[in-house]
Amino acid sequence: MIKFDHVTKMFQGGAKAVDDVNFTVEDGDIVVLLGPSGCGKTTLLRMVNRLESITSGDISIDNKSIKRLNDIELRRAIGYVIQSNGLFPNMTIESNVTIVPQLLRWDAKKRHNRYKELMQLIGLDPEKYAKRYPHELSGGQQQRVGVARALAADPPILLMDEPFGALDPIIREKLQDEFLQIQTEVKKTILFVSHDIDEAIKMGDKIALLRDGKIMQYDRPADLLTHPKNDFVSQFIGEDRMIKGLSLHTIKDLLREVGLAEMPHQHYDGKTVAGSQNLRNTLSILMNQGAEQVIVTDHNEQEIGAVTIDLIQRYIAKQIKGKTDASLPFERVVR
Amino acid sequence: MSRKKLITNVVRYVLYALMVLFFIWALQHHYLASIFTESDKFFVMLKQHLKLVVVSSFLAIIIAVPAGIIVTRKSFKKAEWLVSNVANLGQTIPSIAVLALMMGVLGLGFKTAIFALFIYSLLPIYRNTVAGINSVNDKLIDAAKGMGFKPYQILFRIELPNAAYSIIAGARTAIVLNIGTAALAFLIGGGGFGTWIFTGISLFNNDLLLSGAVPVILLAIMADYLLRLLEYLLVPKGVRRSAKTS
Repeated sequence: MIKFDHVTKMFQGGAKAVDDVNFTVEDGDIVVLLGPSGCGKTTLLRMVNRLESITSGDISIDNKSIKRLNDIELRRAIGYVIQSNGLFPNMTIESNVTIVPQLLRWDAKKRHNRYKELMQLIGLDPEKYAKRYPHELSGGQQQRVGVARALAADPPILLMDEPFGALDPIIREKLQDEFLQIQTEVKKTILFVSHDIDEAIKMGDKIALLRDGKIMQYDRPADLLTHPKNDFVSQFIGEDRMIKGLSLHTIKDLLREVGLAEMPHQHYDGKTVAGSQNLRNTLSILMNQGAEQVIVTDHNEQEIGAVTIDLIQRYIAKQIKGKTDASLPFERVVR
Repeated sequence: MSRKKLITNVVRYVLYALMVLFFIWALQHHYLASIFTESDKFFVMLKQHLKLVVVSSFLAIIIAVPAGIIVTRKSFKKAEWLVSNVANLGQTIPSIAVLALMMGVLGLGFKTAIFALFIYSLLPIYRNTVAGINSVNDKLIDAAKGMGFKPYQILFRIELPNAAYSIIAGARTAIVLNIGTAALAFLIGGGGFGTWIFTGISLFNNDLLLSGAVPVILLAIMADYLLRLLEYLLVPKGVRRSAKTS
């Protein structure tokens, strides 16, 4: 658990980069620090491993103030991933991945085993890449290695500063999916800086939206989208926030809340979608096809009903009205 | 790229050919005869010359590299311009003037010559050390710091390996320059191949002149080759390519 308690950062000259920030990150959650550039999100992140000093207030990890911990030990217990990976060009992939265990003086055998484990986790062949150098890898591979390196000493906390920001959209999406998959296995407590609302919705269990060093709203993505607290928030998440929000819900949610339409009687040869598909893509399929409905299949590929635009509309309406209903399913989509 | 390579290779082989022709010409005219007829003298001068270069370069490296490391530390950053300017000033003075100045202070002799050569090779080594360390991407330093590297670990594991190419290139430049400049040591009684070169000039004796000058050239070429080999061995493989393309 990471707790931010009236955290303020003032630069020389009196500009406040971070202004009285309060929030708590629960264990195993991904919290996305979201905001326009210059909002203080990166500074806030770097205060956690004390790359930036705290002017006033306190940050505590598991109820222990980070001010009382030794800088070096604190940093070795926190994984750190930066944009464009920061792999060391003078070291092989294996040394890069196992550098923190090396600093912690693990023995060679343990390090090598850990290396193999991590490479399998990120889906790269350990033997093939052991003796290669960072420049021989593609951007996406480098970033994967960057993630593996941060996980090497199995730190409970990860700090990620726009880790996928320098990648092209297709690779970025792929790495986001892979990372969410990895997270289901490793269950780290993660602070994740991003300026991209779509990435925040996808990756975050919670989003802290910042502006000028202040937190505008700290909420689950679905709540942020359906109930923005002020004009800045609704402006930042955009006019299409409802459509963005649909990517957080699947047809299964819709089935549970409003049910599916009956199957069309006449012969139908349109597209079908899986029940695990999210509603944003479903809506897009519906509009693309120009059909009234699209057939839904369950995991056995059995047709179980149909979705219409009207149904999606009714589902949205129910979501907005039912915010206070805690039993509403807000499952994050993991593909 | 391959075109560029082709041109470099052509230029290189033309130079080699010219050198071979020069040697044939020199040997035919017995211009290198002194090396064989007075070979004990030759070896004494060779020893002197090498000693001048090795001692002065060694001293310069162990002073200039640490100096470059110190001024790139965060707490000394402000001193960098001062040190760099002093070092730059040192380089603008012609080498022969440095010798003359040193002679005024230290008198004639071998030690004076070594000291002057030492002063003269500080700058290229110092400047390349500073440039090499400064060119290491800040992001790498930041990543290293964020992962819990101690300052000395950042220096030895990140900064120096990534700056190695530049530092060694600086030392190579200084040493090769030094081999040539050491010929001037004769003027202040420092010995070396300058003895034959300057005697040859004043006596219009081509034999002595070339018997002194050719070994200096060969020494410089050999040193350059050996130091490139050392560079290849010392610079980490992952850095080599990026250093060459930049």
